Amino acid sequence: MGILEGKRILVTGVLTEASIAFHVARLAQAEGAQVVLSSYGRVFRLTERIAARLPESAPVIELDVTSNDDLAALAERVKEHVDGLDGVLHSIAFAPEAALGGNFLNTEWADVATAIQVSAYSLKSLTMACRPLFDPQKGASIVGLDFDATVAWPKYDWMGVAKAALESCARYLARDLGHEDIRVNLIAAGPLKTLAAKSIPGFEEFENLWDHRAALRWDVSDPEPAARAAVALFSDWFPKTTGEIIHVDGGVHAIGG
Amino acid sequence: MAHSAEEVLAGLAGIVEEVAGIPASSVLMDKSFTDDLDVDSLSMVEVVVAAEEKFGVKIPDDEVKNLVTVGDAVNYIVKAGL
Ligand SMILES: NC(=O)c1ccc[n+]([C@@H]2O[C@H](COP(=O)([O-])OP(=O)(O)OC[C@H]3O[C@@H](n4cnc5c(N)ncnc54)[C@H](O)[C@@H]3O)[C@@H](O)[C@H]2O)c1
Repeated sequence: MGILEGKRILVTGVLTEASIAFHVARLAQAEGAQVVLSSYGRVFRLTERIAARLPESAPVIELDVTSNDDLAALAERVKEHVDGLDGVLHSIAFAPEAALGGNFLNTEWADVATAIQVSAYSLKSLTMACRPLFDPQKGASIVGLDFDATVAWPKYDWMGVAKAALESCARYLARDLGHEDIRVNLIAAGPLKTLAAKSIPGFEEFENLWDHRAALRWDVSDPEPAARAAVALFSDWFPKTTGEIIHVDGGVHAIGG
Repeated sequence: MAHSAEEVLAGLAGIVEEVAGIPASSVLMDKSFTDDLDVDSLSMVEVVVAAEEKFGVKIPDDEVKNLVTVGDAVNYIVKAGL
């Protein structure tokens, strides 16, 4: 029997087979979970095509985290497929080109605002939109994907600021929803070659950094370690962990150089 | 399964039309996806995924950047299907 037997999990952020979320969905199914995916706008059909590559078919529902209409309709859309939720994966980030790649000192607020709304505030919007679906007795596990925001990285710029906001947002959600047994945790992953990563000009610099600094060998084309950690957080094996950031980064956060 | 270049071109043209809304008749061997057909990188990802499904081949990520023209993609798929 898998560690997610009987659990119902909403997985956002499946875009390609490289997406971290794809591997979370795949492993969650393998561990017995029932998975519902969400996607949005012009990438919706792509998500549907990729969903067909999961071990079991999974429905895809519409959710643009910046759309109040989608957020308001989310609970109903989820209910068409499962009667409630035990877990939610937040695997969503976006920053306009002007907010990345070394333009830090000149980025306009509008671009910064987009990055923060899509990548950080959305953890709160998504959690609140799903809240009516959680069992008041059992609570739920919310897991988000993070990139260590305690230091400044090359090229990451305002996405780094958005991740710092995400980290803080997770702690406040943990504080305010803990009495409902809703746990909110993040996985701080090392660099992975996904579509989101390719949109960061100079992504190779991260690969080099990890080659030099990771204590464990790091493979930028293997999202499974991060996905496994997410599955563990969805399971009953972290019952009293909340507001936490679990590093799945080969140890880079702990190694000075 | 092996496909002829004509079959692949016709199938690919249908996919490009469906994904990017470009009339299949303008999807010709010498056209560049980005410069002539205005297929952006996100649409290209979907074209590749749909082509993999249709022709039962695998087009690795690192290969996609080499598929500049429609002909590059057709030739790759024909070879991969052999
Ligand atoms: N790739 C890495 O190196 C890395 C490292 C650490 C953390 N992360 C984080 O992992 C998460 C997933 O990214 P990924 O690397 O798997 O890339 P990805 O490109 O596969 O996934 C990003 C997802 O964000 C979704 N998205 C963007 N805007 C949205 C919106 N308005 N509404 C709903 N969905 C939206 C996209 O549809 C896509 O599925 C992100 O939070 C990212 O910052 C990635």
